[in-house]
Amino acid sequence: MDNLSLLAFGSDGWGDELLSGLLVTIQLAATTLPLGLLIGFAVAGASLSSHPWLRRFGRGYTTAARGIPELLTLFLVYNGIAMLLNAVWRWLDPEAGFVELSPFIAGVIALSVVFGAFSGEVLRGAFQALDRGQIEAGQAIGLSRWDLFRFIKLPQIWRFALPGLGNLWVNLIKDTALVSIIALNDLLRMTNIAVGATKKPFTFFLIACAAYWLLSILSEMVLARLEERANRGVRRA
Amino acid sequence: MSFDTIIQYGHLLLEGTWLTIKLSGLALVVGALCAMPMAVARCSDRRWLSRPVRVYISFFRGTPMLAQLFLIYYGAGQYRHELQALNLWWLFRDPFYCALVTFALNTTAYQTELLRGGIQGVPRGEIEAAKAYGMSSWLRYRLIVLPHAYRIAFPALGNEVILLLKGSAIASVVTLFDLMGQTRTIFAKTFDFSIYLWAALLYLLITMLIVRVWRRLEDRLNPHLRQRTVQRSSTPAVAVAPTE
Repeated sequence: MDNLSLLAFGSDGWGDELLSGLLVTIQLAATTLPLGLLIGFAVAGASLSSHPWLRRFGRGYTTAARGIPELLTLFLVYNGIAMLLNAVWRWLDPEAGFVELSPFIAGVIALSVVFGAFSGEVLRGAFQALDRGQIEAGQAIGLSRWDLFRFIKLPQIWRFALPGLGNLWVNLIKDTALVSIIALNDLLRMTNIAVGATKKPFTFFLIACAAYWLLSILSEMVLARLEERANRGVRRA
Repeated sequence: MSFDTIIQYGHLLLEGTWLTIKLSGLALVVGALCAMPMAVARCSDRRWLSRPVRVYISFFRGTPMLAQLFLIYYGAGQYRHELQALNLWWLFRDPFYCALVTFALNTTAYQTELLRGGIQGVPRGEIEAAKAYGMSSWLRYRLIVLPHAYRIAFPALGNEVILLLKGSAIASVVTLFDLMGQTRTIFAKTFDFSIYLWAALLYLLITMLIVRVWRRLEDRLNPHLRQRTVQRSSTPAVAVAPTE
């Protein structure tokens, strides 16, 4: 089959190019995850704070970041931060040339902003699902705030938030494809390049879809295992 | 920030907004029409019926919509002669139809899955009662299962409306001048960053409008719940199991 030789490694086939794109896709998602979760915890904390201004900020952030298309957020970040960066740069050094924001960094920031807003809502729900009695019990035996968080709250937040966060992770993998539009060499862009050279768009985009599909299915399998483990102490109804 | 750009190009943004609404609205209607029979098939005990639907859902939910759009829009070119022979080339030549087909296929998968949740959420007792009345399975679905399933799935379907509207921004990548497409063109002409903020504002306005309308419809759909309205906005849409 000549379709198989299209996927060969080396200078003849596109296997190694597509694989390098897949690695960039995975790197992008894996870098975004911790940053996005950090924003998520901060936003959940703000939304649940007793301070009205913080609460308002939390609500405004989640509404805005969830209501704007991911693609628009990406362009806002990519062009906005680049313009800001250049303004600061020129203020520091009027002779300086134009600096460009790396698409990878722009992608990580934009995807983290989005992931942070959605995971903030999931985490807020998990915080609110915590059993008050257990927290009071923890306070009664004199746990510090940090120990209370670490030993009582966090393990249960993990259990409550895991299904929601799992969905967001799969969405994140899919959203990385958008970054190909601002010229990051991820899986979808490498596929585009291969299409340009071989004139076999259907074959190659089908291969790209299959790769994303595989990533999603693998993620779902791992998540199912994690959920099983997180719920190991829970009595079933 | 000056208002020159929005005054000069505002009408283009509104034209784009109309295309965005048209594109996602049509796709949602087509999706809703396809999702109902598919959800019933998905819930069937016959494996040959439910299995293909499961694979379909898994594929369209497991791959980026942008990749799906490229597969249909660019991929069709590989089979141009076959499509021309079938008299289908006009459909795949036009970016609007390609985007429409992609979005419809995509939202069908999501809506089917949501509706499946609704069908499976219908209490067993209602179905048993319908059987006891001697209803045929057609009548049972039409009068008992589906009306209740839509009530259960309704809030989640509202989320899907918003998700598809946001997702439709990728239409701009295949040369369509939807809201995102117009915004990108105007930015390329003027380098005025404020145009992105205006576009963001427009998208936010549309989503807020959908949320409002959907809440109204939900009240309509559930007259028996109207008295004890539960706070919907403050409870997050997460599957959080109660501890007790």
